[in-house]
Amino acid sequence: MENKLLVGKPVSRLEGFEKVTGNAKYAAEYAAPDLLYGYVVNSTITKGKILSVDVSAVLELAGVVKVFTHENRPGLAWFDLQYADMDAPPGTVFKPLSDNKIRYNGQPIALIVAEDFETARYASTLLKFVFEEEPFDTLLTQNLEKARNPKKGMSTPLKPPPPKPKGDFEKAYKNAPFQASGDFLHATEHHNPMELYATTTVYEGEGKLTIYDKTQGTINNQLYVANVFGLKYKNVRVLAPYVGGAFGSGLRPQYQLFLCVLAALELKRNVRVVLERKQMFSFGHRPQVVQSLRFGANTEGKITAMNHSAVGETSKYEDYNEILVPWSHKLYPAANTLFEYKLAPLDLATPIDMRAPGGVSGMHAIECIMDELAYKLNIDPLEFRLRNYSDIDPSTQKPFTSKELRQCYEKGAEKFGWNLRNPKPASTIRGNKLVGWGMATGIWDAYQFPARAEAILTKEGKLEIHNATTDIGTGTLTVMTQIAADEMGLSLDEVSFYYGDSKKPFSMFQGGSAITASTGAAIVVAVKELKKKIIKKIKDIPDSPFKEIPEEEIVFRNGMVHQINQPNVFISFNEIIRANKNKVIKVTKLGGPDLIKIRKFSKATHSASFVELEIDKDLGTISVTRAITAVAAGKIINPKTAKSQILGSMIWGISKALHEETLLDQHLGKYMNANLGEYHIPVHADIPQMEVIFAEERDSVINELGIKGVGEIGMTAIPAAVANAIFHATGKRINDLPIHFEKLL
Amino acid sequence: MNNFQYKKEITVTTALEAVNSNENAAFIAGGTNIIDLWKYNITNPELLVDINGIDELRTIQELEDGGVRLGALVKNAATAYHPVIEKKYPLLSKAILAGASAQIRNMATDGGNLLQRTRCYYFYDPDVPCNKRVPGSGCPALNGRNRMHAILGNSEHCIAVFPSDMCVALAALEAVVNVMGPNGSRSIPFAEFHRLPGDMPHLDNTLQQDEMITSIDLPSNHLYKHYTYLKLRDRHSYAFALVSVAAAFEMDGNEIKKARIALGGVAHKPWRNTEAEEFLKGKTATADNFLIAAENVLFGAQGRGENDFKIPLARRAIVRACMMALNPETQRPGAGPSL
Repeated sequence: MENKLLVGKPVSRLEGFEKVTGNAKYAAEYAAPDLLYGYVVNSTITKGKILSVDVSAVLELAGVVKVFTHENRPGLAWFDLQYADMDAPPGTVFKPLSDNKIRYNGQPIALIVAEDFETARYASTLLKFVFEEEPFDTLLTQNLEKARNPKKGMSTPLKPPPPKPKGDFEKAYKNAPFQASGDFLHATEHHNPMELYATTTVYEGEGKLTIYDKTQGTINNQLYVANVFGLKYKNVRVLAPYVGGAFGSGLRPQYQLFLCVLAALELKRNVRVVLERKQMFSFGHRPQVVQSLRFGANTEGKITAMNHSAVGETSKYEDYNEILVPWSHKLYPAANTLFEYKLAPLDLATPIDMRAPGGVSGMHAIECIMDELAYKLNIDPLEFRLRNYSDIDPSTQKPFTSKELRQCYEKGAEKFGWNLRNPKPASTIRGNKLVGWGMATGIWDAYQFPARAEAILTKEGKLEIHNATTDIGTGTLTVMTQIAADEMGLSLDEVSFYYGDSKKPFSMFQGGSAITASTGAAIVVAVKELKKKIIKKIKDIPDSPFKEIPEEEIVFRNGMVHQINQPNVFISFNEIIRANKNKVIKVTKLGGPDLIKIRKFSKATHSASFVELEIDKDLGTISVTRAITAVAAGKIINPKTAKSQILGSMIWGISKALHEETLLDQHLGKYMNANLGEYHIPVHADIPQMEVIFAEERDSVINELGIKGVGEIGMTAIPAAVANAIFHATGKRINDLPIHFEKLL
Repeated sequence: MNNFQYKKEITVTTALEAVNSNENAAFIAGGTNIIDLWKYNITNPELLVDINGIDELRTIQELEDGGVRLGALVKNAATAYHPVIEKKYPLLSKAILAGASAQIRNMATDGGNLLQRTRCYYFYDPDVPCNKRVPGSGCPALNGRNRMHAILGNSEHCIAVFPSDMCVALAALEAVVNVMGPNGSRSIPFAEFHRLPGDMPHLDNTLQQDEMITSIDLPSNHLYKHYTYLKLRDRHSYAFALVSVAAAFEMDGNEIKKARIALGGVAHKPWRNTEAEEFLKGKTATADNFLIAAENVLFGAQGRGENDFKIPLARRAIVRACMMALNPETQRPGAGPSL
């Protein structure tokens, strides 16, 4: 594209007005005639069986239509595989109401359907289950001996096992003149997007459904519903035009979708099921993780040995795994490495990807150990990272498609004033406050999935783009419109992007910061193909001035087709449509990474975060006072929405470091703070002025636009930067997250 | 949430009659707590008596003896920002503004603030035992997740804490709670209003089922020059106190004439120890003396594991709050602990 007018510009969110005025409609807000309301009932025991269920009092209640339990659930797809969504980990997928077994506390065990929500909710208090309880295990730290290697399955290529050991770690570590080691325990976290999980199913008759669902993947959920309920794909349409955050929790269909569709099909009625905030704690979560690291360095400050071993929690029925341990070796060379990752199955729901899954947890531990090793070596922490800087990926020995991490370090450090730092812990004091400065490196994959886009030149001479992706609040609508408009030579208001609909051409679920590259690349190839088709058509017009002009000299600009450098040779889109007998011109094209080319490279986004905080010297209370993150993530399509992504991500980083924790009671086997009053996320007062810097990073390998994606990358460095700043302020290494202020007393 | 009857009353007498006509009736004022409890299925009133129309309870009135009377229905925010309160009882303003959020303070009433229930996780979960919710069912907090729980005045039946900020200031100011019942009115000294759990943790306070709070009296005092409310919590706003301290002094130069210290977040009621206050009388205002007073306040404190830290934290917080109280001009609203 020689003519980028919109790509790279800070365009404001196109749907911003709809969102701030409340006109944007979410899954629970779609009206349908004679709508029924479902209320989910969850298990109050952690493990065991349902011996009996008494629905009589519920059915006597006026307004109750039906109660679904394992006793009356209709026969459905028998095979596990048909329940497996695109993100299902190895194992046996949980099938709601399929049997009387209780696998975890909060498991859905009934759906009460009534004429209104209040009746359904009240009826839930009259539904009586008799359980037989069995002993259970829910606390990771008490079940580490159960840890074993993860099983392999369909998702293994996306989440490969850790790289094989190199050299002789134990020997190299023992002989290393400088060593740092530590154990890190991370608490359970729940995604808690603002929008509750909700499905409105419109029963269209004849096994045909239109489903408004909260999800990160419309096609994923369409396939799931069609497979499980034995419906034709074309008869299941899943729409998610707006999504009020998801953070990974929508990568898999949640149980309200299954229950809502079940009720709609059985009752042949329109049904809505909305979860309550408490129920947002009754499915996937970020798992408890225990990590153990040992790094060794030589006298030149080069790392010689790296060991990162981790145990994560999973359920008893699926092996959820994260990419947790290999990140250090994607950054730092070392001749001797040992990476291990195991799972301990517990009586809890299967975890699910959450905000930089694996990456943020692993990088917290890695970058705290790096800080400690720098102190042991008496080298500035940033200088230590530069000494171990690698332009290639040390773990694969392949070059990166691009890597401007050095620029992140330099620009971030300069803006922060890192060179003014007194390395001595507890050396800077403001009144009663100890001041700490910490930094850390961040890294995340640069994913790109295959995607298909349809491009249509409309009768009005405008451009429509269609793709099934969602916009989970990231700015997808806006950046896709920018990409398409530039490629076609149109302005933003001449391009419409239609999305959030499983009927549209294929997109993977929206996760891992992959969609801008995935759908963006598909749009570029689709519009290019559309332009080819248009050029062919204009050459066919009788007396066309373009007949003899070679294709590469024909450009699209300002809603017209021109000969390059010949402004008087042109044809407008309207004329083209007229010449096409007033019919639209359209193409559908698959875009995806060039796997043969990419295979020779490693790909990643990088960041460096710098944090200042104050700690009360007597009381331990922590206030983050400054935070800067510099990001190298290829071409930034929209600096405004990208900055918002990074700011949000930084807040989640502070949140993980200092706030978020789902409190598990191991004696009861359940989470005790299942509400936003006691599950703490930061409030405005916890977040300082923050800055985002984007490094110039040209990437001509990864895809045509050089897009790597932003989102998770803004978070991965923050928890370690916070923990390292706490060390700098106090001299205390607090490895477990979240860091509560009493640990600093 | 069950179906219920709703009545709106505009006088204290008729409101009391209404609520006493049904054993399972409740008043609603601001509704900032009861609606949550209802939705969580912790409480299920059959009759809701709306008292928001009783205008006589919505005034702040200066009394002849120099004190001030807060009507039970005055909103927390209106109290905190009232010029008379800001002038005479700035400690109360500061405590109120440390609590909840602006939206909640705009709804919540002063009478209701006294009656809010504990935030104990186990109390809030109807599917687990809790002696406060179901007497005799047990207390999983004793050996469970008890980081937020009480260190003072515990019993083996309950270690819940009373969550109010406002009431910590009211305890320090020795407020008096005026209540009305079918047999007339009575006045309850603040220290006797909330109770310790003992073997009846289901009773938070000494208000009878057939009574209603009509007003809160703030006695005349000189505690408006040297005061502070220090709240320590997991985030800078919208979190309940792990430890909070209301401290106020009457000073003569550097000599303490009168001291008031009350703690929040540590017990089933706002915690005061008059011995510690007596000790400070006539002493010089030094960190050492405040530390002795703090040890006194915390006499007998006991942790249950996760909340052990509250003992050293409270000790340090008392000393800091007392030091801060000497020089309240340095304290911006909303600022973190400092001097």
